[in-house]
Amino acid sequence: MTETSALTLVLSADPTLMAIVRLSLLVSLTAVACSAVIGVPLGALLALTRFPGRQAAIVVVNAMMGLPPVVVGLAIFLLLSRSGPLGALGLLFTPLAMIIAQTVLITPIIAALARQSIEDLWLEYRDELAAMNVGPLRRIATLIRDARFSLVTALLAGFGRAAAEVGAVMIVGGNIDGFTRTMTTAIALETSKGDLPLAMGLGLVLITIVIIVNALAWGLRRADERLAG
Amino acid sequence: MIMRAPLADLPIVFADVHFAVGAVTILDRVSLTFAAGAPTVLIGPNGAGKTTVLRLAMGLLAPTAGSVTWAGRDDVGPNRRAIMFQRPTMLRRSAAGNVRYALAAAGCARADRAARAAELLDLVGLAPLTGRPARRLSGGEQQRLALARALARDPELLLLDEPTASLDPAAVKGIEDLIRTIAARGIKVVMATHDLGQARRLAGDIVFMHRGRLVEHANVEAFFAAPQTADAAKFIRGELLV
Repeated sequence: MTETSALTLVLSADPTLMAIVRLSLLVSLTAVACSAVIGVPLGALLALTRFPGRQAAIVVVNAMMGLPPVVVGLAIFLLLSRSGPLGALGLLFTPLAMIIAQTVLITPIIAALARQSIEDLWLEYRDELAAMNVGPLRRIATLIRDARFSLVTALLAGFGRAAAEVGAVMIVGGNIDGFTRTMTTAIALETSKGDLPLAMGLGLVLITIVIIVNALAWGLRRADERLAG
Repeated sequence: MIMRAPLADLPIVFADVHFAVGAVTILDRVSLTFAAGAPTVLIGPNGAGKTTVLRLAMGLLAPTAGSVTWAGRDDVGPNRRAIMFQRPTMLRRSAAGNVRYALAAAGCARADRAARAAELLDLVGLAPLTGRPARRLSGGEQQRLALARALARDPELLLLDEPTASLDPAAVKGIEDLIRTIAARGIKVVMATHDLGQARRLAGDIVFMHRGRLVEHANVEAFFAAPQTADAAKFIRGELLV
């Protein structure tokens, strides 16, 4: 019975459910875009430059992939709360606060995966590009271009983490109905209220999104093998 | 077609070149000149320093002591030399894409790249495979593509590091024919090989190295007919040098 109701909600594109899905996608996709802008250049920098403390920086970025979402949520909460350093901006309990929290969570993932991909390719290409007298800018562009499928896979991994995350967005978003309620926070709330059809419907959508993201990653990998060898 | 000023690179002169990595000496006081003319072939056992000589000649390494000069210059800026590594890395794009990339890096105008790439791929016998991902090509085809990519630099000097290692006899013949064609076009070829038969077939002069030292540098006929050192004689006879 509950399963049928959940399916009906999904298939009938229930407005409440769709609003939650839309907000979730908006927050997560925006966070991925922000993280890509920060994480890919950061990964390239770590891969291609040598500076004192580089190894430590790589260890820190790798370690930050395992940041506990609730801790990130708490840190952003303290930063954005009325008495915090950025409290005057009034961002707490807004979708923007959720985007900031997710960006903090997934930037290390994208940066670490980008660094690994670019560095692996650089080790392969280094001699050939040096022999061709390729300058630094063209070199970076070449590595990012040729590692593009791996980089997109990194972005998809970041999106998967963002879309499935609950702790941080719950803390900084407040789970406000119609304003900051995402799929994961709604599932937690509706389950505790006993409204299982909505929770299950959202769960179905979330799982479908995660499967689509993984299928895309797999398809990209195959396309990469077919086109680039 | 190539937009750079064609700087002359020959002769390349090694003057008392020493190259070391940490405490390990790789090249020991090597003095050597590569001048225009027939191919020069570097031979010697593993660890003799052949690859290091090629990388120094390309300007990819700097000597620890001594000097390497190109037509009297000691700069390593824009140049007309190209190198093919023993295991060339194929860029993640098609065969034609690899050559177009090398052409772009060499300063070839965008409008000219497609035609020039087709010309080079035809020269190395890869015209039917232009669209194939470079990493999907066979070992011999990848060596040919690496040669096409090197030629995209319109080189005056072509350095080849074991260009036929691990190839079957048919592929070896194909690469050797190409090297002859390239040399006949006036490009100075300097190559390292372990294959004495190949050295006899291709060389104008032979540089024999052992343990980082230049042991003999002689005309190919003279070297094989009357080696001047016991080590060279043993190497020619196929005896192990340790």
